[in-house]
Amino acid sequence: MAKEESNREIVIPGEIVVSGEDYLPGEGTEKKGKDIVAMRYGLAEEVNKLVKIIPLSGVYQPRRGNVVIGRVENLTFNGWVIDIGTAENAFLPLTEVPRYVNKNELDEVMDIGDLSVVKIWNINKRGIDLSIKSRGLGRIDEGMIIKVNPNKVPRIIGKEGSMINLIKDNTGCNITVGQNGYVWVNGDSVEKELFAKKAITFVTEKSFVSGLTEKVEEWFKKEKGDKK
Amino acid sequence: MAQIKRPDGRKFEEARPMKAKVGIVPNANGSAMFSFGDTIAIAAVYGPKKMHPQHSQNPEKGTLRCNYNMISFSVNDRIRPGTSRRSTEISKVTEWALEPVVMIDNFPSMVIDVHIQILQANASTRCAGINAAAMALAHAGIPMRDLVSSVSVGKLDKTLVVDVNKYEEDWEDGEGATDIAMSFSSNNDELNHIQLDGHITSKELKEAVKMGREATKKIYELQKKALKNVGEEIEG
Repeated sequence: MAKEESNREIVIPGEIVVSGEDYLPGEGTEKKGKDIVAMRYGLAEEVNKLVKIIPLSGVYQPRRGNVVIGRVENLTFNGWVIDIGTAENAFLPLTEVPRYVNKNELDEVMDIGDLSVVKIWNINKRGIDLSIKSRGLGRIDEGMIIKVNPNKVPRIIGKEGSMINLIKDNTGCNITVGQNGYVWVNGDSVEKELFAKKAITFVTEKSFVSGLTEKVEEWFKKEKGDKK
Repeated sequence: MAQIKRPDGRKFEEARPMKAKVGIVPNANGSAMFSFGDTIAIAAVYGPKKMHPQHSQNPEKGTLRCNYNMISFSVNDRIRPGTSRRSTEISKVTEWALEPVVMIDNFPSMVIDVHIQILQANASTRCAGINAAAMALAHAGIPMRDLVSSVSVGKLDKTLVVDVNKYEEDWEDGEGATDIAMSFSSNNDELNHIQLDGHITSKELKEAVKMGREATKKIYELQKKALKNVGEEIEG
């Protein structure tokens, strides 16, 4: 993590983050006269006079384009209802499946209880529309699912995927991180998957420590040394 | 009452020793504990989640649903578990005290559930409940304009006191006891809720509100400290 981010501080609703005419209110803040006031609980961060709040807690807020992992709740005549951990129902229509599916055989693609990697394609008043028309999306057949705090997902991914690539390289597992806090780990053996799980848990516990990627590298060296 | 101290040795404008802790219910989206002396309240926030049944959904703005409950062992004489006339009223009052600060418009047809449990009661339970609920809502990451701090101001005979306990609430000398529960938005001097039980003149009431405002400033500092140190018990 870059050095200029080190002046982050926990703020509470109603608290004045900074005072001054030349600051701009970003996400989770509002301008009241001269002051930038926090509108939610989280870490306040100021980059180029733009003040925003990084959430530390709360339920997952769906965004268009997010890749998430969900569980099939129901089958309808033209698609699947999928629970992705949001208040709104998420729907995956038949037309968003990249191959021809017979309307009577929806359960052959995905049945109730199946887990799937899906992409949020659109959010409207009625609900969330999903798609699996992309690489890496679709039903999960093997591997392990880990539930983490959705607010810590950016830490697990790291800057431009640095953290997740580090974990992938060191454990030899294939990892897909859903923005809603579900992580899919798929490796050759259960031991490898468990090791990846341990690494991910370490990252979530040590989140908001600066220079986390280096710390995780160290942790991997130590863990691997112990094994030998 | 020509006394300089109260029955338990406190000064008139002194609240009981307070404790606050954030993050005590692992399954909730946000949770907090707040206590005034022997009065202990815990609050847990769940949601925003879809409102069920569908006919009670409000597509214009979300709903804040509070549920205040005294646990049967919270008082000396066991109280019957479950909702009562009193608990329904306090749930509603808590909703009204918190609604002005919670930005509920962001969550149409959804509901935010706030469950307040009173583990131990020694008067001022609704104030402890509101304080805990405000912290729990903030901890749950719900957008809020401000935090809410609540305190009760009492009138024992002719003296105004802050944060009454059970003994003072049952005061019978002279003019008897008056109990005023009030909540404030912490950063601006807005009065969110006030309830009065007893007799008081308008002049004394103004004085009582002023006293309550001063006391809530201290409570706000405690709430702030607890929210910045999740998992630690803060005393004050």
